[in-house]
Order: sequence, then structure tokens, then C-alpha cells
Amino acid sequence: MKKSLFDQGYLDEQFCQVEDLQDEASPNFVEEVVTLFLKDSGRLMSNIEQALEKYPRDFNRWDAYMQQLKGSCCSIGASRMKNECMSFRDSCGQGNVEGCMRAFQKVKREHAVLRQKLESYFQLLRQAGATGAATRSIK
Amino acid sequence: MTVEERQGKVNGGHGSKDQFPVGMRVLAVDDDPTCLKILENLLLRCQYHVTTTGQAATALKMLRENKDQFDLVISDVHMPDMDGFKLLELVGLEMDLPVIMLSANGETQTVMKGITHGACDYLLKPVRLEQLRTIWQHVVRRRNCDAKNGGNDDDAGQKSQGMNNEVESVGANRNKRQSRKGRDENGDDGDDSDENSNENADSSTQKKPRVVWSVELHRKFVAAVNQLGIEKAVPKKILDLMNVENITRENVASHLQKYRLYLKRLSSDASRQANLAAAFGGRNPAYINMNSFGNYNAYGRYRPVTPTTHTQSNNLLARMNSPSAFGVHGLLPSQPIQLGHSHNNLSTSLNDLGVVNNGNLIRGAQMPTILTGPSGNSFPNISNAAPLATANRSLQPLESSNQQHLSRVHTSSSFCTLVGESPQFPDLGRTSNTWQNAVPSNIQEHGHNDSMPQATLHMNGPKIEPATSFTGSSNQIPLLGNEMQSQVASLASNVPMTFNQEAAPFTFGSTTNSRDMISNNHLFSNSGISTSLPNLRIDNSVVPRQTLNGGNVGILPMQDGRIDHQDVSNQLNYNDDLMRSTRLQRGLNGGLDDIVVDMFRLDQDDDGVPFIDSDWELV
Repeated sequence: MKKSLFDQGYLDEQFCQVEDLQDEASPNFVEEVVTLFLKDSGRLMSNIEQALEKYPRDFNRWDAYMQQLKGSCCSIGASRMKNECMSFRDSCGQGNVEGCMRAFQKVKREHAVLRQKLESYFQLLRQAGATGAATRSIK
Repeated sequence: MTVEERQGKVNGGHGSKDQFPVGMRVLAVDDDPTCLKILENLLLRCQYHVTTTGQAATALKMLRENKDQFDLVISDVHMPDMDGFKLLELVGLEMDLPVIMLSANGETQTVMKGITHGACDYLLKPVRLEQLRTIWQHVVRRRNCDAKNGGNDDDAGQKSQGMNNEVESVGANRNKRQSRKGRDENGDDGDDSDENSNENADSSTQKKPRVVWSVELHRKFVAAVNQLGIEKAVPKKILDLMNVENITRENVASHLQKYRLYLKRLSSDASRQANLAAAFGGRNPAYINMNSFGNYNAYGRYRPVTPTTHTQSNNLLARMNSPSAFGVHGLLPSQPIQLGHSHNNLSTSLNDLGVVNNGNLIRGAQMPTILTGPSGNSFPNISNAAPLATANRSLQPLESSNQQHLSRVHTSSSFCTLVGESPQFPDLGRTSNTWQNAVPSNIQEHGHNDSMPQATLHMNGPKIEPATSFTGSSNQIPLLGNEMQSQVASLASNVPMTFNQEAAPFTFGSTTNSRDMISNNHLFSNSGISTSLPNLRIDNSVVPRQTLNGGNVGILPMQDGRIDHQDVSNQLNYNDDLMRSTRLQRGLNGGLDDIVVDMFRLDQDDDGVPFIDSDWELV
């Protein structure tokens, strides 16, 4: 499943690096980071949403918020979401309100999709882990 | 977002030194918790001791609590509570720690800003492990520099040998681990070779107690430097003059280096501001530049100033300005101004300014108020219209004679004349450098050529100080437009109107007032220091005088500049800023730290250009 995530472009190299950081010392590192990311990005996105409503045409503000979100996406390797963030920023740069709105919708969608996929991914991991543990215990 | 502070294995002691870079103590600051967590783990993977925090204020607090607690700081650029660049400056100034900037934004301009603010390195997100593996080099490098100021090279060699061995072993371990994971082979190899080939000066494993350059200490330092003269200021003598215990010659030397960078930055800012200033008066800075360039050619006398030159000049100005900032106060221009560094470029820029000024600025009455005597205290009062005309005329003669003198136009006499007329340009040529600094302040020395800076500085000194300690150095801050004048006037009040008399000695760098203007503009337009700086400067300078007395003045302006840098994008708001200077002042008071930091930070940028004469003494 992980492979499909990569193939479809949801995740990229950076995610591998994050996974590499997981070891005996931090066994659930990846899951922790992903959870953190999903939570934080949700927050950032609602900030952006508010800003879109409350500060019309305030491209600088929008851009600043999106910059933060993009940074998060980069760190975790969420590449499709990152791309949508970049297109949002492009629209901001062009002063294109319509474009920003559209891009933001895409960002939200990607976020939702990613959340779903990652959650099922971790579920699979847990199952595999459980199965492995069960297998080991049988031995 | 709650601040997440997690203490890695922070080891305040020196126990892990021997295994350096293993155990290097890193402080990571980033408001994004995801990034922070990943960064923390990456650093732990590199076997560093990691402390993390999501807020810059907390980071500063931790750093201040125990200056010896960390070896390196990694900070994000965009943070909600404090700008990353500001944190960078503060850390560099107060704690003398290497700081690495981190950001998803990799635009050249932003990176440049980071470097000019003194960052040792600038990493782009997402950060990779390989990049972090070699960040310890910055710590070593810094230690080396400090050690070299009086260090023992022989020991260094031996120690580096030891270090290399350790590094190799560490690298080897890392490599193994990485290979196992199937990570980037190339990255590993690269890291390995980096580590192995790294030659570390001896102090890599040594821990030297950090000297904190408090405001008081810095003030003494600046006073000593001014007393000796920027050119003659050597660490040993400074140390003797300062007469403070517990600091070594090396400490002073590294501080001096930073100071120089700071001045340089000031002067470059000043020159830029001068340019802006020249065009100031409601004109767009672009105008000035364009005009200056265009006019310049037309004039024939001036050398064409290319944008790049401005940059250079800016630097010079910055430098020049800084010295002036520091020593301007009340100092007579008698001392040769070293603004000359800016080289022709500055002159040209100045010339351009001059040209521009002559053409437009003068009319625009932006004319930097020439502090010179004739106008009396009113340097702000320099009548633009009239003087311009005269100045132009006078400029020409000056120009030709001084064209290339950045270093000091001893055209004091000419200056005087100019001054009388409403000196705008006398120092343009030279002052361009200083303009940058000077500009913000009220000193509108039109004619301050770079070379003049000295002179101008003096003139501006009183003026400048308030506004721009920066400008002090280079062209005494070409007075920016009328607004400036008023500002300057107010500032001037703070400063003894000594300029008038001093004006005479000013050597207007023949180069044209434009320079001054330019520098002024530069000051304003300085990348970082945008117009807000001028305001700040003014305030700062004023403030410092009142509060700090000496040394600090210079610092303040800087500080402001720093702060404003972000806000001011193009000095166009210079006028506005000036008006707000008082507000800024209030705001600045709390920022002595910043000023100091700012000052220090500038030093980092120093590329050897001599300071502007330290004649100027801060308040």
C-alpha cells in the first residue's frame, strides 16, 4: 500500500526519511509525526479559511499562512498537497482571488485524501504488527 | 499552538566536548510542530543534544539564562512571535553563537537576507539528514576564528588532528548506519569526506567561556575604538583602553570584526538610503536611481553608476555610516573618513545622486539638509531650491576634483561653499556610503561624498546620531527630503549643532552630492533597513544618546534598521517613517538588545573595509 501512496504521488522521498528516523528509541515516530501533521495542518487550513473570508484580497496574509502550511507538507513529504499549496501561492502572487479560492479547495481535498490514506496505512501497519506479534508469540 | 519544549539530552557541561561533533548542543526553534519534531529527531540521529522550542522568545530566554548552554542554534525564518532574522541578530550579538536559518522559502533574496544578518548557513525545508550531519562545522569555524585571534596555531593543528580522527570515526559509524538503511549512498560519502577533510582549528574541542557584550561593554568598546580611530583600532589597544577585566584580546578582536561588518552594512544601507533620500521628497527611489544613472552620464563628470555599484557603495556606506554612527557624535570631520572604500562605485553612485539631486532632488527640495554651518543648525533647513542650484554649481567643481575620492574629500572649503548654498552634494560622492546610514537620520548632507563621510559625519554627527548613527559613517546621511529635515531638525535639537562649524572641515567628497543623496536613499532603501530605519535611526540615535551615551547610538539605528527591514520595503515611506520615528523611539528603547545585536551583526558582514573613521563618537 505504501508503494501505491508513493506511486500516486501522495508521498515522496521525504516521507522515507521520516520513516528512517523511526527506530527502537522512537518506535512510533512516523505515526506521531503524521498525527501531528494532520492536526497542525488542519489548524493552519482553518486559519487560511478564516483569512480568506475575513481579509479579502489580502494576498500577503494568505500567502504567509500558506507558506507555513507548505513548510509542513514539505517536511513530511506530502507532495501532492504541497503542490496544491504552491499553486495557491502562485495565485496569490498574481493577485488572483478566484485562483486562490480554487487552489485552496484543492488543498483541502488533498488534505482529506491524504488523511484518509495515511490512516488506513497505519491501520494496516498495526494489523501487520499485530499479526507479526501473534505469529511470534505462537512460536 | 502550544509551545512544545522538549529537552533532549541537554548537557550544559563540557562533558561531550571530546566527542565533538557528537553531543554538540543544538537549540532548534520552529513554530511548526511537525517540522520541529522531525528536525529534532534528525538531530538526535546525528547524535547531537537537542533542545526544541516553538517560540523564539522562549529560545532567547533559554539562551540568555545560560550563555554557555548551547553550541548552535537552528531557527525557522517565519515565526509568529518574532521574526527569524531578528532572533538571528540577537543571538549573534549577544551570545556569539552560530545560527542556521531554516525555511521552506528558498528565494535568493530571503537567503541573502539571512546571510547578511549573519546566519552561518541557510537550509531549505525539507531538511535532510545529510545536511544536518555537517552543521557542526559552523561551530568549529567560529571557535577557530575566536581562537585565531590570539590562538596557538600549533595547538590547533594538533587538535584538529584529533578532531579529524574523531570525526572520521563518527562519520564511519554514521555511514554504516545509513548504508544499512539504504539511504543515500552519495550523501553518506559526501558527509564522510567532508568530515574527514575537515581541518579543525584547535579549539574545536575547547570550550571558551563566552563573553557577553552588554550594552555597557559595547559602549566602552566603541568609545575606545573611536578614541583610537577606526583605522588604528587594534584589539590590544582597544582592550587596554576599555580596561575591563575578564575579556581577552581575542574577544575584542572578534567583536571588532563584527563591529566592522556592522559599519559596513550601515554604510551600504546608508548609501542606498542616500539614494533614496536623494530621490526622496516624494520621489520614488527608483527615480533617483534612474535619474542618477541617467544624469550621471549626462553629466559626464560622474561616473556612471550601475546598480551594482550602488550595492557596493551601499556597503561602503554602510560601513562608513556605521563608524560615523558610532563616532559621529560630536566629532569633527577632521579625521579622514574611510568611506573611501566604496570605491568608485560609490562615487559614481554619489555622483548619480548628485546628478539626480541636482536635477530633481534639489528641486524636490528633498535636498538633504546640509548640516553645514551655513545653514546653521538648521541643517534640516537647507533650502533646497536655492541651494540646489548653487550646489549644483559647486558640485561640479567638486566633482571633478573629487571624483574618486571616496576616502575623504577634503574639500572642506568647497564643502563650505556648498554648505552655504545648501550643500547638498558636497559629499555625495563619498558619502554615498554613509548615506545609507545617514539618511535615515536627518542629516541630509547632500553633498556628502563618500569621502566626506568623515566630514559629513561630523556634521551629521549631531544630526546623524539621532537619526542614523548609521549615516554617520558615510555620507552623513544625505538629508532626505523635507520631511527628513523636519525630522532632522527635531533630532538635531538633540544633537548639538556643532555641525555648522564642523561643516567646514567636511570634505565634501567632491563627488557629488548625489552620492549623499544616494546614500541616504540607500539607507532607506537598504535591503533591510528600509525607510523605517531612518526613522528608527533618528530615534535611535537620539535615544541612545540620551540613554546610552556613546556606543549605543550606533547600535540603535542599526537595530531599527533591522527591525524595519522587514517592514520597509522601499524607503518610500521614509517620510512617514521619519514621522514615526518618535514612535519608533519608544519602541526602540526596549530594543537595546537589538541594537547591539544589530551592530554586531553588521560586523559579520565585514569584508575588510575599514570603518569609517571613528571620530564620531556616539552621543
